[in-house]
Amino acid sequence: MIPGSANTEQRLLYFLRWQVLARLPLPHIDGLLLFLILLTCGVSLLTLYSAGGSDFRYAFNQGVRFAIGFAAMAVLASTTPQQLRRIAPWLYGVTLFLLVLVTLFGEGRGAHRWLDLKIIRFQPSEIMKLALPMLLAWYFHRRVLPPTWKQLGMCAVLVGVPALLVAEQPDLGTALLIAGAGAFVIFLAGLSWAKIAIILTSAALSVPLLWQHLHTYQRNRVLVLLDPEADPLGNGWHIIQSKIAVGSGGLFGKGLGQGSQSQLAFLPEKHTDFILAVFSEDFGWIGVALLLLLYFAIIARSLWIAMQAGDTFSRLLAGALSMSFFVYVAVNSGMIAGVLPVVGVPLPLVSYGGTSAVSVLASFGILMSIHGNRQRIGRRSG
Amino acid sequence: MLFRHQNRLKNDADEQSLFAARALQALLVVAICLSLLLARFGWLQVFAHDEYTAKSENNRIRMRALAPPRGLIFDRNGLLLAENQLAYRLEMVPEQARKMEGGIDALWQRLSQIVALDEDARVDFEKSRTQHRHFEGVPVKLRLSEEEVARINVALFRLPGVQITPYLTRRYLYGPEFAHVLGYVGRISVEDLQELDAKRYEGTSYRGKSGIEAFYEHVLHGEPGYERVEVDAAGRTVRVLKRVLPKAGKNLVLSIDAALQRAVIQAYGVQTGAAVAIDPDNGAVLAFVSLPSFDPNLFVNGISQRNYQALLADPLRPTFNRALNGVYPPGSTFKPFMAMAGLELGLRTPESTVNSRGIFYLQGDKRGFRDWRAGGHGVVNLQEAMAQSVNTYFYQLAFELGIDRMHDYIQQFGLGTPTGLDLLGESTGLLPNKAWKLRVKKQPWYPGETVVCGIGQGQISVTITQLAHAGAALAAAGVRYTPSLLLAIEDPATAARVSALKPASNASFISNLSNVTSVQSSMQAVLHGPTGTARAVGNNSQYWMAGKTGTAQQVATVRQAVAGATVSRFKNQALFVGFAPAGRALDSTTKSKQQRIAVGLVVEQGGSGAHAAAPVARAIFDSYLIDGKRLLPESARTSFVATTPPPPALIDPDAALEQLELESLSVPTVSPASPPDMPEPQR
Repeated sequence: MIPGSANTEQRLLYFLRWQVLARLPLPHIDGLLLFLILLTCGVSLLTLYSAGGSDFRYAFNQGVRFAIGFAAMAVLASTTPQQLRRIAPWLYGVTLFLLVLVTLFGEGRGAHRWLDLKIIRFQPSEIMKLALPMLLAWYFHRRVLPPTWKQLGMCAVLVGVPALLVAEQPDLGTALLIAGAGAFVIFLAGLSWAKIAIILTSAALSVPLLWQHLHTYQRNRVLVLLDPEADPLGNGWHIIQSKIAVGSGGLFGKGLGQGSQSQLAFLPEKHTDFILAVFSEDFGWIGVALLLLLYFAIIARSLWIAMQAGDTFSRLLAGALSMSFFVYVAVNSGMIAGVLPVVGVPLPLVSYGGTSAVSVLASFGILMSIHGNRQRIGRRSG
Repeated sequence: MLFRHQNRLKNDADEQSLFAARALQALLVVAICLSLLLARFGWLQVFAHDEYTAKSENNRIRMRALAPPRGLIFDRNGLLLAENQLAYRLEMVPEQARKMEGGIDALWQRLSQIVALDEDARVDFEKSRTQHRHFEGVPVKLRLSEEEVARINVALFRLPGVQITPYLTRRYLYGPEFAHVLGYVGRISVEDLQELDAKRYEGTSYRGKSGIEAFYEHVLHGEPGYERVEVDAAGRTVRVLKRVLPKAGKNLVLSIDAALQRAVIQAYGVQTGAAVAIDPDNGAVLAFVSLPSFDPNLFVNGISQRNYQALLADPLRPTFNRALNGVYPPGSTFKPFMAMAGLELGLRTPESTVNSRGIFYLQGDKRGFRDWRAGGHGVVNLQEAMAQSVNTYFYQLAFELGIDRMHDYIQQFGLGTPTGLDLLGESTGLLPNKAWKLRVKKQPWYPGETVVCGIGQGQISVTITQLAHAGAALAAAGVRYTPSLLLAIEDPATAARVSALKPASNASFISNLSNVTSVQSSMQAVLHGPTGTARAVGNNSQYWMAGKTGTAQQVATVRQAVAGATVSRFKNQALFVGFAPAGRALDSTTKSKQQRIAVGLVVEQGGSGAHAAAPVARAIFDSYLIDGKRLLPESARTSFVATTPPPPALIDPDAALEQLELESLSVPTVSPASPPDMPEPQR
């Protein structure tokens, strides 16, 4: 392949191959993880096709969002964990600032969540779900583990401020997810069981205090969960109809697009938060089992990547991201199965919606970056 | 533990094993949680499956889309033209029908003993079944009679999955009279579903397919509502829990004057043709007729095969919109526009004369172009050339103008281009020029063709809508309004109206208004002058008309009704373009004092324009101006009195009126033995 002897076209290809592509940071792709994610996205498109009344419109739109998400994943997979560690405090600071802005100027239906940037509208709280674990991982990176009480106090501030801001929007579900992501970093950092016990006990004692601060609609959701039949056409509607959809699906399901619960518009939000009910009605328990197994495989692979990582920052970040993903899955399926309250948490990679799809795929981009740089980092940070 | 606390040095190996332990514990938690969830799903889906299946089947609550009532259509005076009528249709829910022994076939058998159902109905049913889900009602029979509804209701208990659904169907109160204006609605087809917004059409079974119904579909169709209803096990509504009412579509007020429309149809009698009447001062279409017509009500619930075949087989093609899609050579009705070109481009003055000797020769060409009167008309000026329809005058003018100048000037009247009327699929017609012929026919233009075009024959073709539009533009002295069948859109809730008429699409393109006056008065001479070809029609009118008749020859392929073969033969199309009342001063102060009407019309195979077309125009003018009481009071009971030729170049109605009053309303006499307007022979 001597460029001198080739024609113009070959020379151009040579230039592209060796002078441009070779110098670009190539994304580190974990084939297994990517395969599992693609399978889940496939399930999403199939279910959206069914929920849309055998119309490709929803599936197509979501396909476009997945494409954007995979691009974000590729970009993040091309970075190195050191780069991520360096920007962690800045990202946290900027996001916190945006959260304050949203509280002051944000817009949305009844709740201030969205920031309108003219080109795109987005929720800073979504970025905080990534920024907070990154910051905590950065915080523990230089410190000796397990964490001390003093460090825990510092963490409480770092977690508490954004969580409270989001809760004030008011978006309790997201606030809890953000706090949860922070908690996972601390747990994975090796917080002793004694300390965990003390914290959990005091948390349980403060539940009545928290109850006082919940909005009426949030309280209603919890109360309705305890007794859905009390208000079958109002707050209980979601849970009852969701359970009927799931239960009538049976072992093998009613078949793609044949679920009368979903198709007759009994299910509210059937494309977004309640997509799992549509899936359960169409594909039955076997389908649910396979889907949950798929999710378990993704989480297990992610945690394995975390264990393989060469430094504290990468380990903690990868672990927290894996567990956050798990929380999404658990909270959403718990809601569909009628064991958790109706909080606006989508089923990751399956629910219709752009913000969630992009942020979840972006977090997998970080995991792939960590996986791709495991040995090199290990040597340097020894 | 103690060791690490005392000696706080970072040890990566220790931390890694600590993390690994925590990660494994976390994975254990994940596994337990997901297993518990799976167990919960299993409980719901396997253990409690029967219970939830029963709940799902007996789900007593259904969401039903409520179709919005379609907007009503009125004429300009508020006469209802299209309304919605309550009807009942028979439906079957396949899922429930299958529960019966013998399934759908047995149920069908039982149903056909109660109401008449033929093989076609079964075919249609099977076809629409593929478009519905098995738990939805599929139409079996539309427009049930009251007796049928009663009979089914009595037997309903032994007909599982059978329901009677009320719906609104469209009715056109005057059937064929407005068929080519209103068009019709039809059932939404599979192709329609591709382009329509499924959400807005949930529960709606028909849409506008042609005419106003199709063009203003987006206005006529409202926003659907829904209701949450409690139903019994057979799917029948027991109680309505919540209802969001649909928003009715907007009503349309057409610019059509129904009385005028009927008068036009009456004037045609059994003749075939098309007529369009336009208010030249705002573009409102007052009448829009294409004959013969058809009954649009046939299409509303899906036309039967027999009726459709009958419509298709009719050699007069009743479904063909002659006013919009029929293209005709304008013949002599083209002459006023030629005259405008001659005056405006400075080739003629109203006083310029041409000697007509019965035949016109191009230099170096032995074949001549004839006048309709053997021996010619002698020396004629513009007024006489128009009044007597002197071909030689316009042959000479066309030759001097050349085809490209003719095309460029006359297209300003809108001939040869769609007018922008609010109906779909308007035809273009053709106003040729050299570039067109080279592009389409790949041939050069010959001077002989220019000469023929000068009298509106040859390649020129126009639609009747264009002809009326051009006539209106001439009446309005070069100001063009896009013709509009819609006058206003009415909100059904508040009855608030929004005008749909558009402002003029251009300022006048005419540089010298006296040129318009000259041409208009020459057109008056056609109907009122002593030599006018249509003076028999203008006789004894209460107002002045300006117009031009035309008799065009068209080679037409006519389907022979009996033999079924197609033969080519010549058709004489009688045409008319003009407006009334004419002769007003053209300055802006007197404008809008009186409503005017411009028409373009054709009577197919009607013989000469003066004998077939002009009387129809007179009937239209009379109906609008006299019966519609649109004449100014002072212009009542008068007539045009001609002096010996040549008549005055400019007819001033006000001056003439005064004179008439002085002469105490003398009745003018016109010699009955006048030469008829003969068909113009070609070459």
